[in-house]
Amino acid sequence: MTIAALNSTSAPAILPGSGGVRGALSDLFWRKPQLLLFLMLAPPVLWLGVVYIGSLFALLAQSFFSIDEFSGLINHEFTLKTYGDLFQPANLDIILRTVTMAVLVTLASAAIAFPIAYYAARYARGRWKALFYLGIMLPLWSSYLVKIYAWKLILAKEGILTWLLAKLHLLWVLDGWLSLPVVGGNSLSVSATGTFIAFVYVWLPFMILPVQAALERVPGNLVEASSDLGASPGQTFRNVLFPLALPGIVAGSIFTFSLTLGDYIIPQIIGTSRLFIGQAVYSQQGTAGNIPLAAAFTVVPIVIMGFYLWGAKRMGAFDAL
Amino acid sequence: MRSDGSQSAPLGLKIAAACGLLFLHLPILLIFVYAFTTEEKSFVWPPPGLTTQWFAATWNRPDVWQALSLSVRVAAISTAIALILGTLCAAAVSRTKFFGRETISLLVILPIALPGIITGIALRSAFSLADIPFSFWTIVLGHATFCVVVVYNNAVARFRRTSGSMIEASMDLGADGFQTFRHVVLPNIATALLAGGMLAFALSFDEVIVTTFTAGQQQTVPIWMLEELIRPRQRPVTNVVAMVVVLVTLLPILAAYYLTRDGDQIAGSGK
Repeated sequence: MTIAALNSTSAPAILPGSGGVRGALSDLFWRKPQLLLFLMLAPPVLWLGVVYIGSLFALLAQSFFSIDEFSGLINHEFTLKTYGDLFQPANLDIILRTVTMAVLVTLASAAIAFPIAYYAARYARGRWKALFYLGIMLPLWSSYLVKIYAWKLILAKEGILTWLLAKLHLLWVLDGWLSLPVVGGNSLSVSATGTFIAFVYVWLPFMILPVQAALERVPGNLVEASSDLGASPGQTFRNVLFPLALPGIVAGSIFTFSLTLGDYIIPQIIGTSRLFIGQAVYSQQGTAGNIPLAAAFTVVPIVIMGFYLWGAKRMGAFDAL
Repeated sequence: MRSDGSQSAPLGLKIAAACGLLFLHLPILLIFVYAFTTEEKSFVWPPPGLTTQWFAATWNRPDVWQALSLSVRVAAISTAIALILGTLCAAAVSRTKFFGRETISLLVILPIALPGIITGIALRSAFSLADIPFSFWTIVLGHATFCVVVVYNNAVARFRRTSGSMIEASMDLGADGFQTFRHVVLPNIATALLAGGMLAFALSFDEVIVTTFTAGQQQTVPIWMLEELIRPRQRPVTNVVAMVVVLVTLLPILAAYYLTRDGDQIAGSGK
């Protein structure tokens, strides 16, 4: 449109500035790109820096305060006492339980994600590829609470899983599993097993996507070469596919691990009364009113994730994101 | 197994992939069935009968409407803020190399890379330190912060594919910076922004963890649902709301997918 307008008036080779404030500003930005860059960066950096990083520091500062056990008031003096409280057996127990769950959820997600990601990366073409993509994106973006609610319905005593197992005459398996300590409970919806299933379900798409991205980069003839050289499919998987997919798996595990560490809603709705880090944070800041301890608790996943990200970076996981 | 050029997957892989996809989708489909059940109190499967009466019951619930209205308003404003901040950031990061560029991309990703509870409690403790009372705007503050990354990701990807020579050509032809932005840059990134905006909307519409910490008495739809999950009042209404929430979040996702799907055909991407 602009070009047509220019042609019809047979414009001179060098146009005069468009004039006015707009033209002056435009020229200024052209001459001083640094200024434009600064103006573009200032709003987002100010927002994220002040609102977000500022809040994180406020939180961090609170973790060095302590609570007066008699008055329940916060003592605004710097101390490491609250961090010491983290090492009480009950609190250590919470941390250990959460980390164990996060590890198990990550391993299970990787195991379930791999075939889906591999199929999508290597065999799905055209329409199927799009279908696979949507098939992973839709559950990823579906409402988190609705997904948890769906599992509450599935895992409940009267729910579909019990019904299905009864039809298959396999109820004894379920009853046997539920009678076990730690993983069992009254029904799946109030057991650690239920919490585990819900976690795996909700975070699974976060694992599939990076693994698929990593596998897309593996040339198909590498797999063919491996089998031509006489490797069994299992050997090809162990020696060729898995090492090449590992950065993707580590990248995916950043999500599954971090999200499990911080979540407090899944274990609250589907699970036992034994707390996870997120629930401890929530109850400490809410009902118990002990914000310093809540703050100290949140530092635990931050530190764990710090080490995790550092390790993941060394494994090249960030290139797979 | 020899490489005879056949591109068919082994049966085991097919079955494993199919089971994985079923695992991802069946639970969501189940919600749709439960929305029609005649059973009022419990989770009974199979449903003893099917009815549409709960849609009417949900329609007549003022608390559902209030939550929905709050969610939509929060999501709309957070999306608008995220669109501005995310686009600015993406434009700066993708066009130039400068000191601290990596730090800024980390800064944008951090609010969703760290667990939601950390973002939530950090904001809450900042509000309490600064004596800011909970309101509509405290929710927006939290939501906009983590929505920026979605817009940013979409915009950065598109900026990288849009050729810089088009912008130079526009300037050579005499357009000033604003005209170039209006007629060259904006049309090229528009669909990416629209997609990012829709994803941000869906993200905000669905966010529960940060919201529990930044909302006072107000209830967004997820907070309403959480309340129903912990202290159920009328289970069938929850089923209907759950179904509606799935539909409301799925439509923007599908739209975003179709908007960014043809990304390879962006003008100038070949250069």
